[in-house]
Amino acid sequence: MTPFQYQRASDAAEALTLVDAGRCRFIGGGTNLVDLMRQNIEAPAALVDVSRMPASIEEEGNGGLVIGAAVRNSTLAAHPVVRARYPMLSRALLAGASAQIRNMATVGGNLLQRTRCSYFYDAAGSNCNKRQPGTGCDALEGFSRNHAILGASEHCIATHPSDMSVALAALDATVHLSGADGTRHIPLVDFHQLPGATPDVETVLRPGELITAISIAPNAAAAHSRYRKVRDRSSYAFALCSVAAGLDVVDGRIRDVRIAFGGVAAKPWRAYRAEESLRGMAPTRDNFLRAADAELAAAKPTEANAFKVELARRTMAAVLGELAGADA
Amino acid sequence: MAIAINGTDYPLPDDPRVSLLDLLREQAGLTGTKLGCNQGACGACTVIIDGQRVLSCLTLAVQADGRSVTTIEGLGNESTLHPLQQAFITHDGLQCGYCTPGQICSAIAMMDELRRGDPSYVTSDLAAGPDARMREEIRERMSGNLCRCGAHNGIVEAIETQLVGGAA
Repeated sequence: MTPFQYQRASDAAEALTLVDAGRCRFIGGGTNLVDLMRQNIEAPAALVDVSRMPASIEEEGNGGLVIGAAVRNSTLAAHPVVRARYPMLSRALLAGASAQIRNMATVGGNLLQRTRCSYFYDAAGSNCNKRQPGTGCDALEGFSRNHAILGASEHCIATHPSDMSVALAALDATVHLSGADGTRHIPLVDFHQLPGATPDVETVLRPGELITAISIAPNAAAAHSRYRKVRDRSSYAFALCSVAAGLDVVDGRIRDVRIAFGGVAAKPWRAYRAEESLRGMAPTRDNFLRAADAELAAAKPTEANAFKVELARRTMAAVLGELAGADA
Repeated sequence: MAIAINGTDYPLPDDPRVSLLDLLREQAGLTGTKLGCNQGACGACTVIIDGQRVLSCLTLAVQADGRSVTTIEGLGNESTLHPLQQAFITHDGLQCGYCTPGQICSAIAMMDELRRGDPSYVTSDLAAGPDARMREEIRERMSGNLCRCGAHNGIVEAIETQLVGGAA
């Protein structure tokens, strides 16, 4: 690990005074960053520890939540309002990593997790445009079973590993940022970037900018929601495909539906096309499958991960079917 | 500027690269906590910080400043075993024993999570809390601790007896 300086901030204002944008990284629980530093994939000259910023979960009058960036994943998953009004978020958090890691990992850090693409991790032996722009992507012709089927490019087919972010995308969460130029609020669905020609640019964060909170607002679909993660073993593994979905059915018709996929793209993939095709329709399995087909028509899998298209299709229909209950 | 480890204060390392695991083993001489994968995949290095189970290999020691750390040495010793240690022996919850300190630290904090009513991924009713299907709950909640000898069945049984008996 490359030597670095360490400083701890007690709040966001102090963090912004300590940060030296070009050479510094913020650290939360460190569950991903410490590993990346140990592998020499990241080598910041300095760390500003933001894991002890105030970690509050504030309830707003309408049932909304403002979740401090330093809140631990396990704390958020067990929060009574999240369990009651945003069950897909609680379940997505509980599907991620292990209990020990959820106790360490912060909400802000979870958003900034980096891909687990094995070529990205193999600094000694593999080419990776994300790790070292311009060197090529060994995943394209390599082992790509875990890789993206949506929104990828000829430069990168890595996926985003977060479960939490998938639920937050379906919930239309807002990311609160603070930096030298003041504060700004970004919809979570616009926070992560698709790879295009610059897979090293993963989010809209500016240098030195800090995630301070994430906010979510209630709705009927959020309150009636689920998260299902399909993976090679039943616990403690990254998703081959996951689905966060919420469903609001009134008088036998879908009034509102929210769907997002994980494990299929470089960002949590909000399935707007599928949602659009379902609004006003009956909540039947045929309609769910047709909606999945509408979303997945744009899929461009590799030979090794073509199975993910059908897996995503069936997982989406299954989750919506569970939510629809006997209607589907 | 100190970390309380099993009730004794230890100074922070000068080099922030030192992990809590390395501090425990090499500076505090507490070699009960094991180095497994050193990348957060196996759980052998699990310790309890302020009541929460965490991975000491991915914790920078400087990040534990002011915290209270409990390791396997703080739970029992050769003359007075922790009841869960005895249960691991009784139920063959180990073969080589390398993962055992991490398993036991993890399980002790996990039983507190269960008593608090925290849900897991297999919990059917999030609002109601953990299922009565206790083996499924234990298996899911202990998935961050791998045992390459394959003693998982004994481990789950040992933990189950502690939950049923109400002791921890």
